[in-house]
Amino acid sequence: MTTPRRSSSPLRSPEPREDPGQMSHTDVERPGSGPQAAPDVSTGEALLVEPSRLSPTRRALTSVLRSRELSIFLVLVAVVVLATTKNSSFLFSADGWRNFLLNPSILLLLAVGQGVVIITRNVDLSVGSVMALTAYLTGRLFIEQPNLPIVAVVAACLLLGAVLGLVNGVLVAYGKVPALVITLGTMYIFRGIMLTWAGSDRINAGDMPREFLSLGTQTVLGIPLLTIVAVLVLAAVGYYLHTARGGRELYAIGSDPDAAVLYGLPVRRRLLAAFVLSGALAGLAGALYTARYGTVSSSVGNGIELQAVAAAVIGGIAIFGGSGTVWGAAIGAFLLITINRALPSLGIEDFWQRAVVGVLILGAIVLDRVLARRQARKLAESRDHA
Amino acid sequence: MSPSDTAAPVLELRDVSKSFGPVVALRSGSLRVDAGSIHALIGENGAGKSTLVKVVAGVHRRDAGTFELGGEPVDFTSTAESKQAGVAVIYQEPTLFPDLSVTENIFMGRQHRARGRRIDRPAMYAEAERLFSRLGVRIDPRRPAEGLSIADQQIIEIAKAISLDARLLVMDEPTAALSGVEVERLFAVARSLRDEGRALVFISHRFDEVFALCDTVTVMRDGSYVDTRRIDGTTPSELVSLMVGRDVDELFPKVAAEIGEPVLQVRGLSRAGVFHDIDLEVRAGEIVGLAGLVGAGRSEVARAVFGVDAYDSGTVTMSGKPVKARDPRSAIRAGMAFIPEDRRKQGLVIDSSVSRNVAGVIRRSIAKAGLLTGAMETKAAGPWAGRLEVKTSALDMNAATMSGGNQQKVVIAKWLATNPSLLIIDEPTRGIDVGTKAEVHRLLSELAGQGLAILMISSELPEVLGMADRVLVLCEGRITAELDRAEATPEAVMHAATHHLEEAR
Repeated sequence: MTTPRRSSSPLRSPEPREDPGQMSHTDVERPGSGPQAAPDVSTGEALLVEPSRLSPTRRALTSVLRSRELSIFLVLVAVVVLATTKNSSFLFSADGWRNFLLNPSILLLLAVGQGVVIITRNVDLSVGSVMALTAYLTGRLFIEQPNLPIVAVVAACLLLGAVLGLVNGVLVAYGKVPALVITLGTMYIFRGIMLTWAGSDRINAGDMPREFLSLGTQTVLGIPLLTIVAVLVLAAVGYYLHTARGGRELYAIGSDPDAAVLYGLPVRRRLLAAFVLSGALAGLAGALYTARYGTVSSSVGNGIELQAVAAAVIGGIAIFGGSGTVWGAAIGAFLLITINRALPSLGIEDFWQRAVVGVLILGAIVLDRVLARRQARKLAESRDHA
Repeated sequence: MSPSDTAAPVLELRDVSKSFGPVVALRSGSLRVDAGSIHALIGENGAGKSTLVKVVAGVHRRDAGTFELGGEPVDFTSTAESKQAGVAVIYQEPTLFPDLSVTENIFMGRQHRARGRRIDRPAMYAEAERLFSRLGVRIDPRRPAEGLSIADQQIIEIAKAISLDARLLVMDEPTAALSGVEVERLFAVARSLRDEGRALVFISHRFDEVFALCDTVTVMRDGSYVDTRRIDGTTPSELVSLMVGRDVDELFPKVAAEIGEPVLQVRGLSRAGVFHDIDLEVRAGEIVGLAGLVGAGRSEVARAVFGVDAYDSGTVTMSGKPVKARDPRSAIRAGMAFIPEDRRKQGLVIDSSVSRNVAGVIRRSIAKAGLLTGAMETKAAGPWAGRLEVKTSALDMNAATMSGGNQQKVVIAKWLATNPSLLIIDEPTRGIDVGTKAEVHRLLSELAGQGLAILMISSELPEVLGMADRVLVLCEGRITAELDRAEATPEAVMHAATHHLEEAR
């Protein structure tokens, strides 16, 4: 015979009304926190998780207000305002304005590619080496084929980058080895190829046509061309991730790779595409680098892959994939470069400049953890109180 | 569809087999499901039902046998192919993307699209709400899947499967975590799908559900097809005898042991949202079974007692002495041993040798001057492996290549080497060949006979009933029944395990 020892509370419980929320989610809105009347549930209708009572516009507003993108953007604004009050030429001089927009452009391209890869719960450490290879390729092409149209050179860089990205993608998708290890290996291999190829050569501004170099500093309506290119790429990728099936599947893969397989999602194809995109953008970044700086030495892009990862993480892309946006990664890239430029003008020592970046990264990760834990705790408790 | 298709069954499997390394999960599975019918698939845990489902879903590829869908032979290599062919599957464990919204989880990979190949979110939200209202539940379609209870997750899985508009819908224990109202709703939907001419396969451990919902039933045992009956021509007791097919006593050779002093005493153990007011006691020589449905909190209680997880309030004492919370080392010192559910990940250093695994926990006591040699490990491990009859050619054999039963013996040997007074064992025979199960049972029974206190968590009812001197039943994180060996019948345990659910009904 059964001997029930304890009476029981009702089984089902509503989810919490209040919700601190993880801020880095892109397409989800946490349950609203506004004042809500007790829901009238008709009998026979099981109450699971009640729908939010907020209007769609209010919900959209709260999700924007809570987004990581907005908070990181406010930090960026604060840094700029602080630096500008100290020295008005930080923003309000022709050079200051141009540098503010131009300097982050190359990192922005890399951060967008990196962001897409991280969203799938992978990482691409080879982007710095890919960028170095294509930067050198740009110079080499102009030296050997001076009459080559600029478009063809840029296309060649995109192509080389995409091929190198494909190598990464194939190894990760079919080799079943963590991307961290694969791309660490290809990072050294690609860099080695570049060093062997370049030898002691160095590409100088004189080797390249003037029209190409002028692209690097040209502005349209006061906005540098490179920035326009980077922002166009960002917009296209951001739009794709948000509104295309393929984009959403990248999030799904990063959120739970095993579930993605059970769903029958084309996991390998999507991973290949993510790495090809990351490689192609690094290739483009290489061409733009040459146009911007005019010289290519063997140390081009050393360590920039870690900056790209940092930009993505600071911008709210979860390092374990599944959430965040490339918009956040782009703002992260802007923040990193701008801080590096602002701190010296604020009279802060070199050591602290690097430490600040480190604090930003750790802060971003700790914040994510704390919010996630608080969230889990609240959900658990609310289940009991019902 | 050609006219011949209407005559052919929607799904036909004949003599399908599947092995994973040395473990035969499915010996000879057969199943024939007609259009417009609901077909129950029953059998004990480990009978091969879930493997059969995964073959149909394209997760696993069969080793041999016939697999036909609508009369056409098929051979799925991925879940995408089975989906394409009109098969929807609800797996036993929900497989959701925690970061994405509930709606995206339902429509992932086949989202509604507006102009320009953009996904159409408003249409998807509306469709999700329609699905939820059909299922009679209220879920915010915009909230993330993260943080949903198991029952809520199961509802999402069901909505997903229904929205697929499949001709064959397979549900692997969809009701395990649902309340009475939700189960009724699910059944209503299942019946309407049947009346539309679709074929459904329903896997459940609850006979009342099988008899309330299904038209035909196929019984499996030990990875093989046993029989197919019409529901109105059979009885629960007949199905039980088909499922078990052997004497329970024979499989679980329980040796009567002398029961001594209390070893483990747990008082008022609580953790918000997980378990509440857990009181339990295990005496020397006693096997206490902890039963309950998946998600009832059994493993969580065990992990808290052993100190792996934290708890909010309550006390754990071993032979009268309190055990520090959140400190597995002090639990081991107090004489506890814990064999987790997932032995490959948590119980073994899977890529190490048998002797290193066995000697792992006692490495301090056998090391000389802080150093440990392979010879010392082998010397310490040898007697234990021999005593438990670990079938391995050599003690330096890699644990990963051993069968599940032998791995489990290695884990048990590892902990016995610490000379514990209490053994907590979570799902002792999960993933173990039926033949080897009895050996693990005999071993546990012998150990109890030697005065070891054993707390055993198991989802297999016959195992709990056959082995335990006393059965505690957990439901939604609370102990709902404490049954003596004489009182513990399958009905009594299931009733207590679904106690809350019954009340809601």
